Amino acid sequence: MLRRDLLKTGAAIGGAAIGGATSLPRFAIAQPAQNRVLKMVPQANLTSLDPIWTTANITRNHGHMIYDTLYGLDSQFRPQPQMAAGHVSEDGGRRIIITLRDGLKFHDGTPVLAKDAVASVSRWMKRNPFGQKLASLTDSLTALDDKRLQFSLKRPFPLLFAALGQVSNSPAFIMPERLASTDAFTQIREAVGSGPFRFKADEYNSGSMVVYTRNADYVPVSSGTPSLTAGPKIVHFDRVEWHIITDAATSAAAIQTGEIDWYEQPPPEIQQLLRRNRNVRIEAIDPLPLTGILRFNHLHAPFNNKKLRQAMLPAISQSDFMQAIVGTDPANFNAATGFFTPGTPMANDAAMGALTGPRSIDRAKALMQEAGYDNEVMRLIGPTDILAPSAMTQVGADLVRRMGFNADIVLTDWGTTVQRRTSREPVSAGGWSMLFTAFSSFDFANPAAHFPLRGNGAGAWFGWPDIPKLEELRDAWFEAPDLAAEQRLGREMQEVAMDELPYIPVGAYLSLTALRSNLSGRVPGLALYWGIKRD
Amino acid sequence: MFAYIVRRVLATIPVMAIVALFVFSLLYIAPGDPAAVIAGDQATPDDVERIRASLGLDRPYLVRFGAWVWDIANGDLGVSIFTNLPVSTMIQQRIEPTLSLMIVTLILAVSIAVPMGVMAAWRQGTWIDRAVMGFAVLGFSVPVFVVGYVLAYIFALELDWLPVQGYTPLSRGFWPWFENLILPSVALGSVYIALIARITRATMLEVLQQDYIRTARAKGLNQSGILFLHALKNAAVPIITVIGLGIALLIGGAVVTESVFAIPGLGRLTVDAILRRDYPVIQGVVLLFSFIYVLVNLAIDLAYTLFDPRIRY
Repeated sequence: MLRRDLLKTGAAIGGAAIGGATSLPRFAIAQPAQNRVLKMVPQANLTSLDPIWTTANITRNHGHMIYDTLYGLDSQFRPQPQMAAGHVSEDGGRRIIITLRDGLKFHDGTPVLAKDAVASVSRWMKRNPFGQKLASLTDSLTALDDKRLQFSLKRPFPLLFAALGQVSNSPAFIMPERLASTDAFTQIREAVGSGPFRFKADEYNSGSMVVYTRNADYVPVSSGTPSLTAGPKIVHFDRVEWHIITDAATSAAAIQTGEIDWYEQPPPEIQQLLRRNRNVRIEAIDPLPLTGILRFNHLHAPFNNKKLRQAMLPAISQSDFMQAIVGTDPANFNAATGFFTPGTPMANDAAMGALTGPRSIDRAKALMQEAGYDNEVMRLIGPTDILAPSAMTQVGADLVRRMGFNADIVLTDWGTTVQRRTSREPVSAGGWSMLFTAFSSFDFANPAAHFPLRGNGAGAWFGWPDIPKLEELRDAWFEAPDLAAEQRLGREMQEVAMDELPYIPVGAYLSLTALRSNLSGRVPGLALYWGIKRD
Repeated sequence: MFAYIVRRVLATIPVMAIVALFVFSLLYIAPGDPAAVIAGDQATPDDVERIRASLGLDRPYLVRFGAWVWDIANGDLGVSIFTNLPVSTMIQQRIEPTLSLMIVTLILAVSIAVPMGVMAAWRQGTWIDRAVMGFAVLGFSVPVFVVGYVLAYIFALELDWLPVQGYTPLSRGFWPWFENLILPSVALGSVYIALIARITRATMLEVLQQDYIRTARAKGLNQSGILFLHALKNAAVPIITVIGLGIALLIGGAVVTESVFAIPGLGRLTVDAILRRDYPVIQGVVLLFSFIYVLVNLAIDLAYTLFDPRIRY
């Protein structure tokens, strides 16, 4: 064969291949998902199945699928009966008797009894801060019979139902007694609840796929409308598949081709890409924003010096931090954020002038001098692999350098950061001075679950601020008789916090999610799987 | 030969022991704390401490190492700190996708690269040779993940011919299994094809200068017989060596490829375990990879005897 003949043949084959490309069949892999199956890419891999053992948000979301709670919270954070039919209050509020509603059944077929709820709530009270507060006020928690459980309290606790309905940070999920009697610091291996979905243990492949099927025995509450974790949980899909895809570009491509229906947390650059696709819709997963914080280590120099913490305030530009996370669209962030989640009843403007007034690095530098900063090493630790903390750390690193700190910036992966932040050593012995992280709207909605606003020293969240006044106000908040009193105390807490600075809020931002356009009915707040349906 | 194989298999024991010691020690001194990761962002320092104690992570190095070695000696790779699943079960769940990816890549790479290298050597200095070498440089230069993204963009997103991501087990049919592996294999194979094509060309060039090739031509043997029966067989030893060494390249590349194409294989299992400091899983997977690598080397040594009768063990 002559070379030119070979070339002609090759060109003909190539031309045929290119020409035929458009007429090739569309293979099965690109076909739309089955109507009764919802495929989504969750925010993280599900590694632990026990939502009491870990506070990881992905395990919390898993918990909301398979477990139920005695009370749910609606979007206004008001507790509503969920597994409970109702309650009676006796002895001036010192004895609360909760009755379970009819038809509750665990996924293993056994009925939900009061003793299951007692065991579950008892385990939860050992781990959850709101639960620990409740435990400190509880004389006894007992099952009166199969349907009724009784709290005997030292004194009335109006927030009891809000505590039992807590949405985040290890909610009080009800499990069978045989599981709930496990030590609170030991992981439960089974995932058996009474919630609207069943966990498919035989299809669980951590790091790849998590599968849930609709619980046909689930009886939703008969009245109300779905609102956060309150109201009827009506499921429209027979099967929900979590596809663990770690690569953002791959996830984006998969939702565009229809291989998946829902991508929970696309990063900003991917959101821009997806907005151009008419088959994909971008919306806030929670109408309330997450809050970013700059946390100080109060144990050691330089930030054991209150004046030096205060010196940071004029330099903090919340919009700088937020734009690094969500881009420049002001609709996606709040640059006047205080110590409580914007848009919630506790949010207020007390002492906010320190963060919303004119910004000035020079003013901050002058305050550093006044505070007696002596060029001590200031170590900022932060991750490079988690979007929001990483972005805030980058902005913070630039800021502290411009302010003139003798800064040691330590950027690692998240696993290393969370280990380093446990160190109570001084900087010279491997400790840290400052870090950035973010909390969900639920965590900062009120003082009950608000870790970073605690001032209980060695028992406080990492950074260990010792601010007795904050603790006094928090205790008073739990006893507040009404919302007005709660708000007054919330305002006082913010004033104290803005002076003592257990941390500095660096803004709040919306977490956006991407869904195929043919999905509707999603319940806002977090990734919940009732209500949502395919049109 | 049999005695040699037994000796080589026995020699894997000290190699594995050294790997085990190295991996365990490296993880012990590396920063990171699974208890802090498990506890989550909202846990208190006390929670972290109690979880650490409940997992036995507060025990001294020698105690933990001794317990781990004892378990391995009893055939137990341990239990994942996070999932509570046996490491052997997790490996079992993940090994099929990785083996599938590696085998398809290997077949694809060898079947493309060897003829390419032979053609380039045969037509040294021509456009064919330059094209092959140009491709080889490209294959070496462009990272696997870039090739992966480009392929996914063209063949999945634009043309909609192939899936973007995922893996279907072989038990569900050949085509569903294969279609998920086409793009990852081409992406992962690009550097491997470049490597094998280059070494094939270089070795073939040397062999084609030999007197017996000239004799074969003088005898009137056809060109393909000369190239593939006489020359390639004599050039095979270095090519097989490179193919064997390239298994390590494939293992490394599989980590990236599995992430880009969301294939639930051992590579992703390793990355996930490292990121969350799931020590038993990391140790188990590294030991497995080391063992595979040792066995592959043994297989290559034995394969030499097939191509070169002068080699005897």
